[in-house]
Amino acid sequence: MASHGILDRVAIVGMGCTPFREHWDRSLDDLLIEAHGAALTSAGLVKDEVDAYWYGTSQSSASGISLATPLRLDNRPVTRVENYCATGSEALRQACYAVASGAYDVAVAIGGEKVKDGGYQGLNAFPIPTDGTNRTLTAAAMFSLMLPAYADSYGVDEDELRYVVAKIAEKNHFNGARNPLAQFRRETSAEAICEMAAVAGRLSVFDCAGVADGAAAAVVVPADRATDYTDAPLYVKALSLVAGDGSGLVDPEFDFTTLPECATAATDAYAQAGITDPRTELAMAEVHDCFTPTELVLMEDLGFSARGEGWRDVLDGTFALGGDLPVNTDGGLKSFGHPVGASGLRMHYEAWLQLRGEAPEERRISTLETRSRALVHNLGGYPGEMVSFVGIWGTERD
Amino acid sequence: MSAPRGILAYGAHVPYRRLDRVEVGAFLGTSAGHGHRAVASFDEDAVTMGVAAARFALSTGDSEASRPGAIWFSTVAAPYLDKTNATVMHAALRLDASVPALDFGGAQRSAIGALRTALEAGRSTLVVSADVRVGRPGGPEDAGGGDAAAAVLVGSADDGALVAEYLGGATATAEFTDRWRTPGDAHSRTWEDRFGEQAYAPLGAAAWADALSATGLSAADVDIAVVTGLHARAVRKVGSSLGVAVADDRTGDVGNSGAAHPALLLADVLDGAEPDTVVALVVLADGCEVTLFRTTDALADRRPARSVASQVADRVDVPYARYLSWRGMLAVEPPNRPEPSRPSSSAALRRTDWKHGFEGSADRTTGIIHLPPSRVGIAGGEVDDMDPAPMADAVGTVATFTVDRLAYSPSPPVVFAVVDFDGGGRMPIELTDVDPAEVAIGDRIEMTFRRMFTADGLHNYFWKGRPVRL
Repeated sequence: MASHGILDRVAIVGMGCTPFREHWDRSLDDLLIEAHGAALTSAGLVKDEVDAYWYGTSQSSASGISLATPLRLDNRPVTRVENYCATGSEALRQACYAVASGAYDVAVAIGGEKVKDGGYQGLNAFPIPTDGTNRTLTAAAMFSLMLPAYADSYGVDEDELRYVVAKIAEKNHFNGARNPLAQFRRETSAEAICEMAAVAGRLSVFDCAGVADGAAAAVVVPADRATDYTDAPLYVKALSLVAGDGSGLVDPEFDFTTLPECATAATDAYAQAGITDPRTELAMAEVHDCFTPTELVLMEDLGFSARGEGWRDVLDGTFALGGDLPVNTDGGLKSFGHPVGASGLRMHYEAWLQLRGEAPEERRISTLETRSRALVHNLGGYPGEMVSFVGIWGTERD
Repeated sequence: MSAPRGILAYGAHVPYRRLDRVEVGAFLGTSAGHGHRAVASFDEDAVTMGVAAARFALSTGDSEASRPGAIWFSTVAAPYLDKTNATVMHAALRLDASVPALDFGGAQRSAIGALRTALEAGRSTLVVSADVRVGRPGGPEDAGGGDAAAAVLVGSADDGALVAEYLGGATATAEFTDRWRTPGDAHSRTWEDRFGEQAYAPLGAAAWADALSATGLSAADVDIAVVTGLHARAVRKVGSSLGVAVADDRTGDVGNSGAAHPALLLADVLDGAEPDTVVALVVLADGCEVTLFRTTDALADRRPARSVASQVADRVDVPYARYLSWRGMLAVEPPNRPEPSRPSSSAALRRTDWKHGFEGSADRTTGIIHLPPSRVGIAGGEVDDMDPAPMADAVGTVATFTVDRLAYSPSPPVVFAVVDFDGGGRMPIELTDVDPAEVAIGDRIEMTFRRMFTADGLHNYFWKGRPVRL
C-alpha cells in the first residue's frame, strides 16, 4: 500500500476556536460563524477569498448547505464530512489534499457540533434501523473493557491501574484549568477521582470526556504561499487515517490492550514525516482522551512508551506539562468536552498556539528549544472497531 | 399394529431468580407464606423460557432423531397475539421451514390438551408449555405462582427410543366459572375456594376411573401420580383420593407455574424415575385430563443435561420491589437515556439465522468463525467463501468485561463481556443471570435466548451470555 503523504506542501495559516461550553444560548450556526470569523481574521482573509470548504459535523446537521447558509457563502464548493469522532480532523485532511492537488488556493476546514439540544446527558447516536442485535453499550463501557484486559496482560494490580488512569484525568484537568476556552477549569486529584462512584467498569464520570458544544476552523494554503498570510505557518508533515475492519470484535487474538488502528496510523505518519523516535522528536501531542484508559493505551500505540510500560510513564509524569513529552496541554477532551465535529480541529488549535509560542504562559511547553513538531491524534469508534487519524505539523519547512 | 407412541425426550427450564415469600410478606405487611417462587428475569418471557426448555429436550439424543416434525406452544402469557409465538421458538431452534409451528393459546387447559393431542396424533411433535404467573401484590398468585417452561418431544418408537410409553388416558370436560381472566388483564380472578373444590372432585374421579379402564390398569399398578392445577384445594382433594403416591408438586420452591406446571412436574418425576415406572399425570383445568406413561430402559441415557431439581437449586433471590418493576407493577425511573428504537422487521428477516438462531459463518479457507456472519473474511479470501456456523450451543470464556451503569436497559446495569468460544469465534455480548460484582476474566459462559427490550410493542429477541453454573 502506498502512502506518500504531502510533506511540506500545505500549511495552516489561520485558526479559530470557540469556547467549548454548554452553550444554551447559542446555536450551531452561531458557533460556526464565530469559529469561521476567527480563523479568517487570523489569516487576514475575508470570506470571498476562500475557494472551498470542508465542513465536519457528526450529527448536528447534514450537507454543505448547512454551512453555506449560515455563512452565506457565495456558490462555493462545500463538502460535509463525517467520520465518527475523528470528523474534525477528517475535514482538515480533505481540505489539505484539495490544496495540495492544486485545485484550490485557499481552503477552510471547519467543524462544529451542537450536542446539548438533545435533552439527554452524553453523546447519543442517531438511530439507524437494524435487526436489533447491535450493542447498546455506552462508549464509556466499551473503552472500560481495556482496563481489566491491560491489568491482566501486564500483571498490573487493578487498583493501581485505576489510580494510573485517574492520574491522566488529573493531568488533563490541571492543563484545562489553565485554558480559558476549556469547559472545565478546575483542578482535581487522582485520589478524589478514585473515590467517585463507578459508572462504567471502574470508570467514574471524571474518567470520561465532558459534553459540550463548540466549533473550530483552520485555513489552509499551498506551503509556497504560506508566508503571504502569516509569519509562522504550520506545515503539514504527515496526515494519516485508518479505518479498522472491525476484526477486533471477531478475532480472539485481539486482547483489548491496544488500538491497532491508532498504531497503524502512527506508523504511517512517522514514515511520512521522517520521525524515528517520537518521544524525543515531538515537542507535544494532542491525543484523543475520550476516556482515561484511551490515553493510557495511546501512549504505547503512538510509540511514546514501550508496550506494557505506559502506566509507569504516566506515574512518572512523562506526559505532564513540564514532562519529557507534554500530552493534551490544552486539557484534552477531559476539560473541553467533545463536540464531535469540532474536537479534531480544537486539538489542532492547541498545536497552532503552542508551536507558534502563543499559548498562555501558564501552560506553555518548554520543549520548543530543540523540537518544532506536534502530533495530533483523533479517533472515532470503539476498541476493536475504530477510525484513527494521526497528523504531524511543524513550524519549519525541511 | 402401529408402533407405540410416547415421550422421546423432555426438558425443563426454571429461571435463576426467586422471590422469598417471607420477604414478600414483610414488604406488604402481611403473610405471604414460606418458601420461594421462581421468577422469570426481566429479559425472559414465555417464549424465551420455552426455547430454553426445548433446547434441553432437543439435545438429549442423537440430533437426527430428535428433530421434531412439528412444534406446538401453549401459554397463558403469550408475548404476541395475532402473530404466532411458536415461530419465534421455531427460528431460535433452527427448525426447518417445513415444520409447522403452532400456538395453543389462552387457557390453562390448552397445555395438557396439546400434550395429549400430540400423544395421540401421527407425527413427532415438540410440545412446549410456559407460563409467567402474575398476581396482584398480596394475592395468592403473587407469592404462590411460579414462572417456568417445559418441553416434551412426543413421537413413536419408529422415531427413536421412547423414554416413556404412552399407555392412554381419559378426559372429563365441564363448563363452570371457577377462574377467569378477561383479555388485557394481567391477573386472574377466582370464585370462592370451596366451589371449585366440589366442582373438580367428581370430574377428577371420573377421568381417573376412565383412564384406568382405558389402559386396563388398576390404581395399584400406578407407581406415582403427578397431580396439578391452579385450584390448590381441588388438587389436594383429588390427589388424596387416587390411592396412589403423589409426587411433590414444587409449589414450595418453584410455585405453581400454570400452563407449564404439568409438563414441569412430569419432567421432575422422569428425572428420578426407574425403568418400568407407571406415571399418571392428572391435570385439573376446566375438567380433568388423565394421562398414563410407563418409563423404559432408554430413560437413563436420554435425560436432559439439567434436571428440574438442579435448576431449582441454582437460584438467587430478587428483591420484591425489583420483581414488581420487572412485571410492570412498580413504575421505576428509567435511565435518562434515549430508549432503543424498535428493531427493523425487514432487517431482522434478512438476518433471522443470526438474530434467532445465533448462527455465524465459518471461513472455508481459514476456518475463522465470524460473529455476526460475514460475507468477507477478516483474514482474506473470496467473497461468500463461508459455511454456516451454529454457535448457540458453544461455550466460551470471558476475555474482558465491564458493567455499564449509563446505558439504557429495562433493568440496569448492563453487564457485558467479550466472550471467546471454545473452538473459535468471539462475541462481545451482554450477560444475564449474573452478579455484576462477580464477573471475572476466565469465567465460563453459555448462550441463552432472551428478550432484549420491547419497543413499539415489538419484542426484540436475541441471545445473551450466561455464566455456566451447573
